[in-house]
Amino acid sequence: MTLLGKLDWSAVPFDQPIIMGTVGVMIVVIGSILSWVTLKGYVPYLWREWITSVDHKRIGVMYIVLALVMLLRGFADGIMMRTQQAVAVGGAQGYLPPEHFDQIFSAHGTIMIFFVAMPFVIGLMNFVVPLQLGVRDVAFPTLNSISFWLTASGVLLTNMSLAIGEFAKTGWFAYPPLSELQFSPGVGVDYYLWSLQISGIGTLLSGVNFVTTILKMRAPGMSYLRMPVFCWTALASNLLIVAAFPVLTALFAMLLLDRYLGFHFFTVDAGGNVMMYVNLFWIWGHPEVYILVLPAFGVYSEVAATFSGKSLFGYRSMVLATMAICVLSYTVWLHHFFTMGASASVNAFFGITSMIIGVPTGVKVFNWLFTMYGGRIRFTVPVLWTIGFMVTFVFGGLTGVLLALPAVDWQVHNSVFLVAHFHHVIIPGVLFGAIAGYNYWFPKAFGFKLDERWGKAAFWCWFVGFHLAFMPLYVTGLMGMPRRLQHSDVLAWQPWLLVAEVGAIVIFAGIICQIVQIVVSIRHRAQLRDTTGDPWNGRTLEWSTASPPPAWNFAVLPRVDGLDAFWTHKQRVLAKQELPVQQHAYRPIEVPKNSPVGFVTAFFTVVTGFALIWHIWWMAGFGVLGAAVTLLAFMFRTKDEVEIPADEVALFDRAHPVEVSL
Amino acid sequence: MRICLLALSLTGALLLGGCTEGVLDPKGPIAFAELQILINATGIMLAIVIPVVIATLGVAFWFRASNDHARYRPDFVYSGRLEMLVWSIPLMTILLTGTVAWIGAYDLDPPKPIASSTRPIKVQAISLDWKWLFIYPELGVASVNHLTIPVGTPVSFELTSSGVMNSFFVPQLAGQIYTMAGMVTRLNLRADYAGTYRGLSANFSGDGFADMHFNVDAMPSERFAQWVSSTSSAGLVLDSKSYADLAKPSAAVTPFTYHSVAPGLFDTIRTTSMQSDAALCRSYPTSMRAEQ
Amino acid sequence: MNVAVEMDAVRHGELLDISEAGPAPKRIIAGFGFWIFLLSDIVMFSALFAAYAVLAKASAGGLTGGQLFDQRNVAMETALLLLSSYSCGMMSLAINSQRYLATFLGAVVTFLLGAAFLALELNEFQGMIALGATPQRSAFLSAFFALVGSHGLHVTVGLAWLVLMMVQLSLRGFQDAVVRRLHCFSLFWHALDIIWVLIFTVVYLMGVLP
Repeated sequence: MTLLGKLDWSAVPFDQPIIMGTVGVMIVVIGSILSWVTLKGYVPYLWREWITSVDHKRIGVMYIVLALVMLLRGFADGIMMRTQQAVAVGGAQGYLPPEHFDQIFSAHGTIMIFFVAMPFVIGLMNFVVPLQLGVRDVAFPTLNSISFWLTASGVLLTNMSLAIGEFAKTGWFAYPPLSELQFSPGVGVDYYLWSLQISGIGTLLSGVNFVTTILKMRAPGMSYLRMPVFCWTALASNLLIVAAFPVLTALFAMLLLDRYLGFHFFTVDAGGNVMMYVNLFWIWGHPEVYILVLPAFGVYSEVAATFSGKSLFGYRSMVLATMAICVLSYTVWLHHFFTMGASASVNAFFGITSMIIGVPTGVKVFNWLFTMYGGRIRFTVPVLWTIGFMVTFVFGGLTGVLLALPAVDWQVHNSVFLVAHFHHVIIPGVLFGAIAGYNYWFPKAFGFKLDERWGKAAFWCWFVGFHLAFMPLYVTGLMGMPRRLQHSDVLAWQPWLLVAEVGAIVIFAGIICQIVQIVVSIRHRAQLRDTTGDPWNGRTLEWSTASPPPAWNFAVLPRVDGLDAFWTHKQRVLAKQELPVQQHAYRPIEVPKNSPVGFVTAFFTVVTGFALIWHIWWMAGFGVLGAAVTLLAFMFRTKDEVEIPADEVALFDRAHPVEVSL
Repeated sequence: MRICLLALSLTGALLLGGCTEGVLDPKGPIAFAELQILINATGIMLAIVIPVVIATLGVAFWFRASNDHARYRPDFVYSGRLEMLVWSIPLMTILLTGTVAWIGAYDLDPPKPIASSTRPIKVQAISLDWKWLFIYPELGVASVNHLTIPVGTPVSFELTSSGVMNSFFVPQLAGQIYTMAGMVTRLNLRADYAGTYRGLSANFSGDGFADMHFNVDAMPSERFAQWVSSTSSAGLVLDSKSYADLAKPSAAVTPFTYHSVAPGLFDTIRTTSMQSDAALCRSYPTSMRAEQ
Repeated sequence: MNVAVEMDAVRHGELLDISEAGPAPKRIIAGFGFWIFLLSDIVMFSALFAAYAVLAKASAGGLTGGQLFDQRNVAMETALLLLSSYSCGMMSLAINSQRYLATFLGAVVTFLLGAAFLALELNEFQGMIALGATPQRSAFLSAFFALVGSHGLHVTVGLAWLVLMMVQLSLRGFQDAVVRRLHCFSLFWHALDIIWVLIFTVVYLMGVLP
C-alpha cells in the first residue's frame, strides 16, 4: 500500500460503465494499432524516422497528428456535455452524475486549449516557419524534439486520468479554493496540474526555440520586413509564449506547493489570497488566446494572398497590427473577472483596453478583404475556411466587445453566453485557421493534395454545425443559464439546448468528413500527387523546394531580395520565358543527428508525473533521476550532426527541379 | 446565412424576452440599464459588422477566378488612404463603445448605492456548499435558498462565502458579483415590479452547483412586513452552532427560515477563514480590489 | 551546425543590413537562445515576486519579516554572491584566452562562494523553521520560502552545472560546444545575481521597513 502511495484498485472506476467502455475501446484501438505496427515490422522505421527525429517537419507533423487525435477526445467530451444538458431538464438527472459531468467539462476545456489548439498551431509553426524563412532547421533541433515529447507526456497523463483515478472537477482554470486540497482531495487536480506543468515546459522551450529561430536564422537577404506574415505571427505568438508561460508555471507551482506541502498561497485560511490566483491565471490566460489566434491569422493571410494571386494588402499594417496585439494582450487580463468587485475605474480601464485590442484585429479583417479585392480567387478548401472565418469571426468579436463592457459582463459572465462567445472566436479564429493551414500545407508535407470534395463537405458541416451549436447558447445565456450546469429545472432552455445538440451532431459529421478526406486522399494519392513542389502557385519559400522537402530543406540557401520571394522569382522566370538551368555548386550539408533524448526524457517525465500524482515517492525519484541521466548523456554526446554528401544533395535536387507553371 | 441565423436567434430571443426570465426581461433599474447598454453597443457594432460581412461575401463572389468581368489587379497591395480608413473605422467604433463602457462601469458599479427616497434594506448573503444563506441584520431574521425583498426599496447586499467561490446572480434585477471567503463584496439592486425571479450561483463551485439556485420574491412593502413578522415569530435560531450544521455540504436544500440570528454572525463567518493581516484589511485596498 | 556552414559562405560586404546577413553562427544562436530562456526565467520570478508582494503582510498572526530577517546574514550572502559573479567573470576571461588553470581556478572560487551562499541560506531557513516560521505557518512565509527557495534551487542547479562543465572541460578541452555551454553558464550565474539583488531589496530591505 505504501509502496504504491495512494494508488490501489479503487482508483479504477469499475462501477462507471461509460468510463470503462471508453477505456475498453481505447485499449482495443491503441492495442490493435500497436500490434499492427509491430507485426508489419514498422517499429524500426517509426523509431528511426519519427520518434527519434529532430527534423522540424517530422516534429510538426507529429504535433498535428497529436492535435487531431485529441480533437476527437475533446469533441467526445463536448458532445457528451451537450447531450447531458439537453436531456437533464426538469426533474431529469440525465446520464452523467455531477462527479462525472464535472470532470468532463474540465477535461474538455483543458484538452481543447492545451492539447488540441496548442499542438495544432505549434505543429504548423514547426512545419512551416523554417521553410518560409529559407533555412534548414530550427535553432535547437533536439530541444524541439524534447518539447514535442513533453507535450505528448502531458497528453498521456491527462488521458491516463480517465482509467486510473479521476480528472479535475474544477473547470479548466481550476480556481482555488475549489482546487485546494480542502475542497478537492482527490487526484484530479493533481493530474491537471502535473500534465499542464510538464507540457507547459515543453511549450515554453518551443517558444524559446522559435523566437531564436525567427530572430537569428533567416535566409540571406530576408530582413524583418521581408519575412512572410505567417512568420511574423509566429514570432509574436512565441514571444507571448516566452513571456506568458513562465507565469503559468510559477502559478501551478504555487498551487502544487499548497496541495503537496501545505503552503498557503491560495487557501482560505492563514492569509492565502484567491484573487491572486485569478489574476495570475489570466495574466497567462489572455495572452494564451493570442498565442493561439495569431498564427491562425497568419495562415489566413497566406491563404488569402496565395489564392487571390496577389500580395497581402497592407503588409506593413498587418505586421504592425500583429505586434500591437502582441503587446496589448498583456493589458486586458482583468476583463475575465469584472465580477470580482474591482472599483469602477479599474473595470472601466480594463474594459476599454479590451476594446482597443479589437482595433488591430479589425484592421486585419479589412486587409484580408482588400487582399481579395482585385484578386482572382480560387475557391479551394483553405479559402472556404478563410472566408468562413471572416464572416463568423466578426460576430464573435462583436460579442467579445459586449463582454468587455463591464456593465454587460456582469449580466452574462459565467453564463453560456460567455461559452458561446469564446467558442465563437476560438473555433472560427483558431480551429478554422488550423484546418485551413492543414489543407494548405498538406501537399508540401506529403507530396499529394487532400481531396477537395470531402474537404468542402467537412467545411460546410463544421460551418453549419458551429452556428447551430453555439447561437442557441447566446440565447439561453441571455435567459440566465450559467455554464457548467449538470441539470436544470428551466424548461424554456430545453428547445435551444436541443438545437445546440443537433449542431454538435452536424459538427460530428464534419469530423467524419475529415477522416474520410484523409482516407480517400491516401487511396487516391497517385491522382492527387504534386510533383512540382508548388501545387497552389505559392508565393513564399516553402513552395520553392520539393514536396515533401528533403531533410535539409534547401540544397542551397535561397537568396531573398523582397517580399514574396518565390513569387517574384517566378515572375522573373516568366518574363524571361525560360527556366533557369539548375547548376549549383553543391556542397555537403550537415543535418542534425536523430536523438532519442526527447522520447526517453518524456518517458521519465510521465513516470515522474504519475508517481507524484499518486504520491509514490520512490518512483518519482527514479523518474527524475532517469530524466537527469538522459539529459546528462545528451550533454556528453560527441556528434551532433550527420553530413549529407554533396552527391546525394545534387542527386535529389536534380531529381526534384522546382517547376514554374508557365 | 449566419447573419440570418444570428439575427434570427437575436430577434427570437428578443421576442421570447417578453415571456422569458433572464437578462432580456429586466424588472429593476440596474438590470434595465445594463440591458440598455447591451442593446446600444450591439447596435453600434452591427452597423460596422454587417456591411463588412456583406462586403466580404460580395468581394469573394465577384472576384472569383471564373468571373471574366472582374478586373485582376495584382498591384493593388497598398493604399495610404485605405489604410487610414482601415485603422480609423475600428478606432471610432471603439471610441463609441468605450464611452458606453466607461459610463456604464461608473453608473452601474455594484457597490454604488441606488438613489432613492426609501431607506435601503440590508441583506447579507453567504454562499455555502451548496446553498445560499440570506441574513437580514436589521430585521434579525434569515432564510436559506429563498430571498424575500420589498418592491421599490433598494436592497444593499454584503456578500461572502463560507469557502468555495460562488457568484450571486439575479439576472432580472442586477448583474452578478463573486462571493469569496474572507472577503466582502457589495451589490445594490432594486425590484420595481412584484414577482418571483430566478436567482442562482453563476460560478461553478462543486458537485452540488446545479441546485444552487433560489427564488427571489419581490412583494409590496405591506406584504413584506407581514413576511418579516411571521418569519420572526416562529422557526429556527441561527447561531454559530446551527450555522456549523448548515455549513455542512448539502445540495438542493428546501427553503426555510430562521426566526432569530445571532448578532455579528456574518462577520464571524467572514473572519473565521480570514487572514489577520493588516494590509489587506485596509478599507480601500488598491491591488487586489475586493474588500477584506 | 548545418546552418553555420552556410553562414561562413555569406560575404558580409555585399549585404546592406545585419538583418539580411542570413543565419547567424551557432555560437550566437546558442547565446541568444539562452538569453531568451533567461528572460522567461525572470518572468517566472516576477510571478513569484508578485505573489510575495501580495502576501508580504499576510503573516496570519505569526512572525513577520521584520522579526525574522537578520540583516548581517543577508549582507554576507549578498557579498558572497556578488563576489562569485566577479570570479565567474574572471573565469569567462580565462575561457576567452583558453587558459586552463585560470579557468579552473575561476570555477573553483565561483563554486566555493556559491556553496557558501547556499550554506548561509540553508542556515537561515533552518533558523526560521526552528522558530516555528515554517512555510505552512502563513501565506507570507509560503511566499517567502517559495521565492527565496526557488532562487536557492537555481543556485544549486548552477553549482551542479558548473561541476559538470569542469568535468567536460577536463575531458574535452576548449571545444566549441564546451565553450558555448560555459558562456551560457556565466549568463545564468549573472542572471541569478540580478534576481538576488531584487530579492535583497524587495524581501529583506523592504521587509524590515516599519
